[in-house]
Amino acid sequence: MFTVFAIGAVASAVFTITRKNPVASAMSLVAHFFMLTGLYLTLQAQFVAAVQVLVYAGAIMVLVVFVIMLLNVGREDKHPDSGNLRTTLGVMLAGLLVVLISTAVLARPTGRMDLSPKALEIGTTEAIGQSLFTTYLFPFEAVSLLLLAALIGSVILAKRHVKEG
Amino acid sequence: MLPTAIPLDYYLILSAVLFVVGVVGVITRRNAIIIFMSIELMLNAVNLSMVAFSAFSGDIAGQMFVFFIMAVAAAEAAVGLAIVLALFRNKQTVYVDEINIMKW
Repeated sequence: MFTVFAIGAVASAVFTITRKNPVASAMSLVAHFFMLTGLYLTLQAQFVAAVQVLVYAGAIMVLVVFVIMLLNVGREDKHPDSGNLRTTLGVMLAGLLVVLISTAVLARPTGRMDLSPKALEIGTTEAIGQSLFTTYLFPFEAVSLLLLAALIGSVILAKRHVKEG
Repeated sequence: MLPTAIPLDYYLILSAVLFVVGVVGVITRRNAIIIFMSIELMLNAVNLSMVAFSAFSGDIAGQMFVFFIMAVAAAEAAVGLAIVLALFRNKQTVYVDEINIMKW
């Protein structure tokens, strides 16, 4: 299962950044989020998997598709100067980064072969909720404030400016 | 019974690969909306490694962090797309290389 979801996740991620059409990108990003959901389920993280579908594949992608529709952006290839040098350099540097991180991980393997025996119980909504309203109560309240600020901020940013007076 | 024989290192390397795909997207694309989606890719790559660490070490902190990252990402999505919208209204473009008023 891991192999299937891992290949699917990488493929849909690459699709997301290579499509010329923003709508195709958005759709493969949704596929990517579902692949990640599968990976979370292989890790017994049921709550995170559910929230991933609800928040990312649901809320955030609806927002993105809405903006694409609203702006009516076309395909990117109408645009000249596709910057071949930048693309090559970017991919090369990215390859370097992947090699660096992988060697760093492989040089000192964590040696963990199996999930913790507690993995099944900490992934449930019950355990997450228990922890959220006790240990993590303050961050929880802070996040609610942040969401309120983001709500007000985005309304002010996106509204048309009306001339005063 | 927990059905897995996948070592933690595999999850970490997969997470690194996904993160780097996001980085390539940010570097090579010029459409602000696709750059935004690449940032979401990077956030999700980090979430994956956090959940992996959490499940392998039996500590709930990693999954709590993922929960908060998702909340912040939702806020970021709203504000980021509002900025793209405001930018489009003023400059009639979403291509970041045409937006150069801050360039010296």
